[in-house]
Amino acid sequence: MTSKQENLSGASGKTIREPISNTNLLLAITIGTFFGMYALAMLVWGGGFLNPQQFLDIFNNNAFLIVISCGLTVVMITGGIDISVGGVTALVTMSCVVHLNSGNGSVLGSLIMALGIGLAFGLIQGLLVSYLEIQPFIVSLAGMFFARGMITIISNDPQTAGLESFLALKAFRIVIPGIGYYGKTGNFIPASIEPGVVVAILVVLAIFFMLGWTRFGRNLYAVGGNMQSAMMLGINVKRTKFFAYLLSGLLAGIGGFVYLLHTGAGDAANATAAEMQAIASSIIGGTLLTGGVGNVIGTLFGVLSLMTINNIVRASGLRDPWWQSITTGLMLCFFILLQSVILSVREKKTTIALPAWMMIRRRT
Amino acid sequence: MAKWWERLSKSQLLVPLSALLLLVVFNLFRDIGFFSISLAINNDGNTVLQGNLISILDGASELAILAIGMTLVTASSRGQDISVGAVAAIAGSVFVRVLRGNEITMSVILGAFLAACVAAMICGLFNGALVSVFKIQPMIATLILFSAGRSIAYWINGGATPTVDSPLLNYIGKLIPGIPIPSPILIVIAFGVLVSLVLRFTNLGLYTQAVGINEKSAHLNGINAVGIKLVTFMIIGVCAALAGSIGVCKIGLINHEKILLDIEMDAILAVAIGGNALGGGKFSLKGSVIGAYVIQALTTTLYAIKVPSTQVKAYKAIVIILIVVLGSPVIKAYLARLRDSKLRPIINRLTRKPANAMENES
Repeated sequence: MTSKQENLSGASGKTIREPISNTNLLLAITIGTFFGMYALAMLVWGGGFLNPQQFLDIFNNNAFLIVISCGLTVVMITGGIDISVGGVTALVTMSCVVHLNSGNGSVLGSLIMALGIGLAFGLIQGLLVSYLEIQPFIVSLAGMFFARGMITIISNDPQTAGLESFLALKAFRIVIPGIGYYGKTGNFIPASIEPGVVVAILVVLAIFFMLGWTRFGRNLYAVGGNMQSAMMLGINVKRTKFFAYLLSGLLAGIGGFVYLLHTGAGDAANATAAEMQAIASSIIGGTLLTGGVGNVIGTLFGVLSLMTINNIVRASGLRDPWWQSITTGLMLCFFILLQSVILSVREKKTTIALPAWMMIRRRT
Repeated sequence: MAKWWERLSKSQLLVPLSALLLLVVFNLFRDIGFFSISLAINNDGNTVLQGNLISILDGASELAILAIGMTLVTASSRGQDISVGAVAAIAGSVFVRVLRGNEITMSVILGAFLAACVAAMICGLFNGALVSVFKIQPMIATLILFSAGRSIAYWINGGATPTVDSPLLNYIGKLIPGIPIPSPILIVIAFGVLVSLVLRFTNLGLYTQAVGINEKSAHLNGINAVGIKLVTFMIIGVCAALAGSIGVCKIGLINHEKILLDIEMDAILAVAIGGNALGGGKFSLKGSVIGAYVIQALTTTLYAIKVPSTQVKAYKAIVIILIVVLGSPVIKAYLARLRDSKLRPIINRLTRKPANAMENES
């Protein structure tokens, strides 16, 4: 892309600077806001925000949210939506705990179970959405209802996993060398992350490279941007959409396992409203619900921003739980308005300054 | 007969009506007593109609009202308002706050309801402005109030579950002495008639469809698209205020976490089951209202066959999927092809033969 641009500019003898794309601009704003917010929090409240462990805890507590938000971003890029992810996450935690406690359960078995449940949801929802052309909202709504209902059919009461090998994996921490904090007694405690965080980061990187550098990833943007033109370019629109939902289901399964690694318990109230948090994170990260625009790095920073603002609200003394949802709403409002204004301003600009080669050539 | 069938098979009411029929037939075979309606005397000494049918009609009141508003919003803005439950909680809180501040008389109740309407209309205006002026997808725009609304409702009353108690509220939430039909049913009928009269005698319905089908051409034809969208969002605000007030009157308290929980999902579902496209444009209020009653009938049927309340969702999901699969464009096209190739010759033969016979006779 850039080399082509250089050739163009070289040929015309002028230096044309390619304007930053909408995706990258929204991404830059999100990342900038996150770092700005965190720096401000460090300056104003100091204390906990200066503690590297508190920063890493944002990852530790929300690794599952990062994973399912990535899946949702992929679906939203195609112009669809999947609100079943929270329900699937909770269903996976419950089924895995029941499997682990059944006496002949194993960690590997529960992992396969998690992936299987996620894939099954993705498979059925993908088939219904792409091949039967049913509205994705309704399909995934039914998926959410089904998952939430199934949890109570499996077990009505919350359960805690008790298998030795699983507990060992759950207690495992990856120590980050070099950084840490001093405990109350003055001893140095190194900062650490949970295995789920590694999974989340790997998922983000995998989806990032898939979206940017694979045929499937580019097809997703094409389908979401304009389905008609994608079809005319010979892209198999239905298959692309199907795999997007399959991927989202799979990631919800992985997210469920990561959630289980963090809490170790299955409960019908697990991951409540996680789908809405995931949608909010994707939007803050610059993904448009209309499709065609989005980036998982943005989504990652969306999750981080959403959780940092909650920490800030708590640090500033507003400890009532209802303050958090109000600030989440305000933050969402700010980003949505910002995106809307930026996009409309840029749209006006680009219509005025069309590059010369795109103009219709008049016959003389 | 054939013509009547043709009209029905093309009408969008086919899906909700057949779903309702399916539920009725299922219950007929399961237990015919499901449909029994009896007169009984309740604790206050009033005669009241009892039975599953009445409880379905009564229980679906809020859902039916919200489904009407959701249909209009869907038609005009090509998206859904997912904040209705939260807005209803806000409106209900305002309703309770005004009632608690005054001695409860009929005029105070009316004033409280108007205050609730104003609060809900402001919420609707906020959502509508984001959607129409800032061109944000409705689901995203309403996500803001969806996440913040119930907290605002808590803040209005400053307490967990404030209660209000008055026999006058029972007239609205339960029943008026002398009339054995629960009042929410009457309110739904009155509201439905009012909305359909407005749509019948004004251009609102036509303009709403025009904006939903093609906003640009509607604008070029002199329709104020922004205004129409704002109006539909304010109408759904009024619907939410009405539903929230009924919800408060039914149980005499407001729990901001629980009141009308998940009703936005059910309302959108009612719109979809009613055969309306979630992508906007043409709409049928009748379909949505029938859809709302289908959902409630399904829930009541599941309770009747002893499904625990927490598991109802799973079975509901299966039925929803069945309904939408049958109503999906691909399956519909397939069925239409099947009908044309297999059924049409038979119908033609059946309808033509008597005509030929008559010709021969003459």
